[in-house]
Amino acid sequence: MQLTLGPVLYHWSPERWRDFHYRIADEAPVETVVVGEAVCSKRAPFKQDYLPGVVERLEAAGKRVVHASLILVSLVRERRQTRELMASDEVMVEVNDLTCLASLANRPHAIGPFVNVYNEATARFLAARGATHICLPPELPLSAVGAIAAALPDTAIEVFAFGKVPLAISARCYHARAHKLSKDNCRFVCEQDTDGMPVRTLDDADFLSVNGVQTLSHSCASLLRDIPALRQAGVASLRLSPQDCDMVAVAQLFRDAVDGRLDTAEAERRLGMVYPDIPFANGFLHAAPGHVLVGPGA
Amino acid sequence: MELICPAGTRASLEAAVEAGADAIYCGFCDETNARNFPGLNFTREDMRAGIAFAHRHGVKVLVAINTFARAGALALWESAIDDAVEAGADALILADVATLDYAARRHPQQRLHVSVQAGAANPDAIRFYVESFGAQRVVLPRVLSVPEIAAIMRETACETEVFVFGGLCVMEEGRCSLSSYVTGKSPNMQGVCSPASHVAYKERRGEIVSTLGGFTINRFGKDEPAGYPTLCKGRFSTPKGSGYIFEDPVSLDAATMLPALRAAGVTALKIEGRQRGRAYIAQVVRAFRRTIAALDAGMPAPVAGLTAMSEGQASTVGAYRKTWR
Repeated sequence: MQLTLGPVLYHWSPERWRDFHYRIADEAPVETVVVGEAVCSKRAPFKQDYLPGVVERLEAAGKRVVHASLILVSLVRERRQTRELMASDEVMVEVNDLTCLASLANRPHAIGPFVNVYNEATARFLAARGATHICLPPELPLSAVGAIAAALPDTAIEVFAFGKVPLAISARCYHARAHKLSKDNCRFVCEQDTDGMPVRTLDDADFLSVNGVQTLSHSCASLLRDIPALRQAGVASLRLSPQDCDMVAVAQLFRDAVDGRLDTAEAERRLGMVYPDIPFANGFLHAAPGHVLVGPGA
Repeated sequence: MELICPAGTRASLEAAVEAGADAIYCGFCDETNARNFPGLNFTREDMRAGIAFAHRHGVKVLVAINTFARAGALALWESAIDDAVEAGADALILADVATLDYAARRHPQQRLHVSVQAGAANPDAIRFYVESFGAQRVVLPRVLSVPEIAAIMRETACETEVFVFGGLCVMEEGRCSLSSYVTGKSPNMQGVCSPASHVAYKERRGEIVSTLGGFTINRFGKDEPAGYPTLCKGRFSTPKGSGYIFEDPVSLDAATMLPALRAAGVTALKIEGRQRGRAYIAQVVRAFRRTIAALDAGMPAPVAGLTAMSEGQASTVGAYRKTWR
């Protein structure tokens, strides 16, 4: 079972984003790294200058590099960014919106977790058009994951296994709105919340996280205890979504758990130390509310 | 511009037909449609009879089969498609690539509309649905401004349909798992959002507290009306303050935007609310019929005057006006 590091969803400073990937290249036991800006087209230019260096370093370290497309493509600028990404034959693209498909023309590509692949027929349709890797939407239960993986033995099926769960995308920027700014004049305030802006209930319970136009869960998905069931279901790769914590340590814990060097309870205990004060959840995989943590095994 | 009206029951279908709808949209009473509420929607027999009634009055019926098919259970969605075609549906409203692909192959003559749940928000995405499945219309997600809609129309020959009244999704439709995260029931899979089965109201220290799946969505003072706890219209707190972080509890009312939507080239206007009663539907349909008739006659369009029908007696034109963002 392989590990994939998903794209950084938050607006980290360009230097921090670059250094994060350099360290991943040098130290993290992951086979694939997804780079680029998936959430907000306004953030993309910040990464542009550092992107070639990051790709070079990751590839030199033997990682497979995939370029994420935007989740929501509505503005002219966003269509242009998407087209430019599709135009380069050199890169492997992760499609996060079906906008990309019309121009990919059967070139091999990956499907990201923001494309609605809920069943084997949709997966088969996409595979026939060149999708070699499909990361399933985070809300899919294990029964669906298993049915899709079984129907597509030649396509690498991936699940979202670590990180705050992306739950929604909007045209409205909630970060800007909270700061009483408009999206067009947002002053990039999302940069202040490197792990998302906490949204709590009026009873002071942890609830959600806002990341610009995106809404994430407060809890952090962890499928550590579900690894045997995921392997049994035919899952080829686990996606680790970068959070504001030591992601090299997270990747090492998942690698050790996958390879059987670390038992589940100990891996979970250590994960809690690497990313403290955030509850872990795996409800979606068990067809339960996404915020709950369901007991061992599936 | 066509006026497309909701129906959750035979009675509201008939009310919408009588009030002047050009087309009705409705779905079967199961998880194949995105308004899968208890006591609502159409049995196979209701669907046949409803379509026959509408057709006698020259009104079309569009059948929404717009959830994402459950893995290993595609037969349920396929039989919904077959049955809707057999019942005489004028179009199928579909969201899932699997259902679009099946319908296009199995019923090549059937008119297909791309549901708002598919989230096709630009000409390239629309082109994908047109080229892959022969889709003839796309229902645009509620993320676009009127100039953006006009730009889409300049680039595509595909018909477009937009929402003009009723509930307002503030997240892109078909991409939202907020309700699923809280309740375990998913808009995309089970066709429900903030389902009543997971709603509770409690009184505490003189306040009404509304919860969804155990999470507090809002608190109301004694004299404040306690609205329904739709998740994205709740009051929450952030380090920058408390309030309606995502959206106020308002409805969409784009009556004032109708001239601009027409100038943009929009084919059809859609009223939301398959869960609404026949009186509501009749009143809203009649008001929009009047507004469209005035526009068609080259007269200034009267504002629909539906404030009382809106959630919280307040409305917004949402993303149609760019400043909403």
